[in-house]
Amino acid sequence: MSKLTMRFWGVLPAYTVMILLMIIPLGIIFYVSLMTSDPYGGYKPLFSLESYTQILYNYDWDNNLELNFQYLLIIGRTILLSLSTAILCLLIGFPVAYYISRQRKEVKPVLLYLVTLPFWVSMVVRVYAWVLILSNDGVLESGLRLFGFVDDIDSLLYNNGAMLTGMIYSYIPLMILPIYASIEKLDPRLLEAAGDLYSTRIQTLYRVIIPLCKAGIVSGFILVFVPCLGTVLEPILLGGGKTMMMGNLIQNQFGVSRNWSFGASLTILLLCIVLIFLFLQARRAAKLNQGAN
Amino acid sequence: MTKAVQIKGVSKKYGSYQAIKKVSFDIHDNEFFTLLGPSGCGKTTLLRMIAGFETPTTGNIILHGQNIENLPANKRRVNTVFQNYALFPHMNLEENIGFGLEMLGWKKDKRECRVNEMLKLVHMEQFAKRFPSELSGGQQQRIALARALAPEPEVLLLDEPLSALDLKLRQAMREELQDLQRQTGITFIFVTHDQEEALAMSDRICVLAHGEIQHLDSPINIYENPTNRFVADFIGDTNFLDVNVTGSNVHATSIETPLGINIDVPASGVKVGQDAVMSLRPEKISINKSVDGVSLPGRVMHRTYMGGYTHYTIQLSSGADLRVSMRNNISNNINYDLNEAVTLGFSPASVRVLGE
Amino acid sequence: MGRLLSFFINKNDVSRYPGFGIITLLFFLFLYLPIMVIIAFSFNENKIVSVWNGFSTKWYTSAINNQTLVDSLQVSLTVAFISTFIATVIAVSAALALTRGDDIKNKNFSIMVVNLPLMLPEIVFAVAILILFSLLGVQNGMLKLILAHTCFCIPFAFLPIRARLQGMNNNLEHASQDLYATPWVTFRRITLPLIMPGVFAGGMLSFVISMDDFITSNIVSGGGATTLPVYIFSLVKQGVSPELNAISTLIMVASLLIATPALYFATKK
Repeated sequence: MSKLTMRFWGVLPAYTVMILLMIIPLGIIFYVSLMTSDPYGGYKPLFSLESYTQILYNYDWDNNLELNFQYLLIIGRTILLSLSTAILCLLIGFPVAYYISRQRKEVKPVLLYLVTLPFWVSMVVRVYAWVLILSNDGVLESGLRLFGFVDDIDSLLYNNGAMLTGMIYSYIPLMILPIYASIEKLDPRLLEAAGDLYSTRIQTLYRVIIPLCKAGIVSGFILVFVPCLGTVLEPILLGGGKTMMMGNLIQNQFGVSRNWSFGASLTILLLCIVLIFLFLQARRAAKLNQGAN
Repeated sequence: MTKAVQIKGVSKKYGSYQAIKKVSFDIHDNEFFTLLGPSGCGKTTLLRMIAGFETPTTGNIILHGQNIENLPANKRRVNTVFQNYALFPHMNLEENIGFGLEMLGWKKDKRECRVNEMLKLVHMEQFAKRFPSELSGGQQQRIALARALAPEPEVLLLDEPLSALDLKLRQAMREELQDLQRQTGITFIFVTHDQEEALAMSDRICVLAHGEIQHLDSPINIYENPTNRFVADFIGDTNFLDVNVTGSNVHATSIETPLGINIDVPASGVKVGQDAVMSLRPEKISINKSVDGVSLPGRVMHRTYMGGYTHYTIQLSSGADLRVSMRNNISNNINYDLNEAVTLGFSPASVRVLGE
Repeated sequence: MGRLLSFFINKNDVSRYPGFGIITLLFFLFLYLPIMVIIAFSFNENKIVSVWNGFSTKWYTSAINNQTLVDSLQVSLTVAFISTFIATVIAVSAALALTRGDDIKNKNFSIMVVNLPLMLPEIVFAVAILILFSLLGVQNGMLKLILAHTCFCIPFAFLPIRARLQGMNNNLEHASQDLYATPWVTFRRITLPLIMPGVFAGGMLSFVISMDDFITSNIVSGGGATTLPVYIFSLVKQGVSPELNAISTLIMVASLLIATPALYFATKK
């Protein structure tokens, strides 16, 4: 058997699964987003861009289109919270990854194991931990009260801060691992060379270490940012019903609201945001590569 | 002499890159045959085509009269000793050596017998139950040899098998390989980039460069009478000087040299007026010793003491530099100082004239 | 602590950054405190979660006797076993095909296709497959879960297997072929035993991913199949409770028992 036919038969099952369960469904989603929503649930096979306009406008009493910031606010919050999560994960994750990589050979795998371990613990349980800590009369509030710091605080739960904390907690291992991998590849003699050439530690960090770890930083950023955009658990459990993100907004359209066309158009919008982000990153990477060559 | 392997018009292209450019040659039965060349010359590609890991783009490979270029590797009666041995890490040595026999359908007792025989052949009897990771490089090398020889292949292919060993071990393994080849009578095709290794072991050497055969002959002929400048340069050390060919016939070639002399040297086939170089090996030149031939005055410019040898660079009065190699033996333990005036001597019979 | 102190002492080492150690320490506290809180309060006797009243294991007893919990665990285990098995077989086949070939351009595209579920937010996949199932009229909750889980488990099984294959010298397969083994025998006797740690790690990881999945399972479930995370989610929505703490602790212990060998085999040389 030649290499090409072996390749063909080998990847055929994987391709079949991906085409049937990923690519075709994505096509269907796009199709549904272009249909008219059915007030009784599902959609009617009638072409309409209504579900897209619904993101920006709604009809007022006189049936005129009127700008509606409700969904824009959710979209904006989603992007902003995801970006903040990724940036904070980077700020915390980089020193941690760096510190781990400078430990002795026997210590490194143990610390890495400790970083990854919570990631394998059920996602729902991890978010629940923060509910337990932050809820009214929760562990944190009771603790603070016990030491007489506060008499009464407004709920620590159901705000952007709670969601941000939960998201960082959920996704930070995905930032640390790729950065660690790229720092590990760094030749320590480069740092000595920089020091030898009169560079201070801070200068070495900005001029040598960070540029050489760019690949790890970028992939960590993508690995955190992309799932954050579609996260569902944190907005529901930590954000409450009021502070929604795109993930639970979409989920609602297929659950409670039963507005499939609108849900589909939001899904397409989310997909577009992800693709634009990935495209910009790829172009940046290509440019960097060109610069390197 | 029967032919073990015939390579007929074989070429190999990878995309637009021509790794092998239509080569043809025969390898005789019971021969220690070496493919020698710098990295990227195509020697490994050629070997892998004989083994069956690559298919030639054009041409035929014939093993004892049978066309094999389209047979998969597992149907060819050739075995390979891989560069990093490729011993199966999850099998002990016995299982490694017996693997080929098992695949050929040998019965268990017969197989065990052969495995023991092979272990004895490579002096590793006591290690039968060990695993490859417990062996040193040299021992792994021996097991790789035993594994490849066990199924009694018609031809044994060796892909730079000594390159991972240190110098002392490499030299010892050279002799062992030669002995093994003589004992088993199997045709060896050996790939290396180490010219010393090739000279030491081979019955014949095929020098390859840029996917083409440069010279195919016995070690002595390759060293003494290289066909072109590449071969003279690649094998051993030599002095190259640009020369003008002033006369050429079947007996001798007359040249005008930058040494300030004109000499008649052995016939070369280079025509009058053609660009040419003369090659003179450093060990064919003497210092302050009367020889039957040319004598030239010069000064010592550079001296490198190497233990058994001393290398000198001598500047002649004509301005040309010649490198000279002196053996430091009983009759010859004089050292010449920098700037000392010396007289060089060589015989025109040692000079080779080569076209570009 | 000694490691932390060495920071301030070893001032000449250019590769050390003061402060990074403290950040790391705080990070690990941040990472493990919430988990510790759950575990600690799962032993709280008091029904009011945050008020410590005394040690008790009664919440564990009530968790184990919770029939809905046991049922959902059974659903999760069945789905995880079946989809892990299918995903691993598909991943081995794809990894073999994509590591032992040489035309690069096509290969990278195929690797991207196999890893597709990793590149999109899960909610996109969940919604898409939900619509597919409803169009096809797939009613069986179990079947829906298995199909969806198989799909997103493939890349998690694929990556460690591929890494293992890449780390394996393909001369070993050539040597086997050279010694008269057919491609199938080479796979069974040489390739498979040597990539087994990768296969094991990949299988374990996809098992954990399947057991842990919430977003897709929550959207797709129904038709009489509720997975463990979906059930726990419904409990969390009702508010914190000591029994929930006990359930969470049990799940964490189970995850560790599966993840530890998987991580070990994934990094093993």
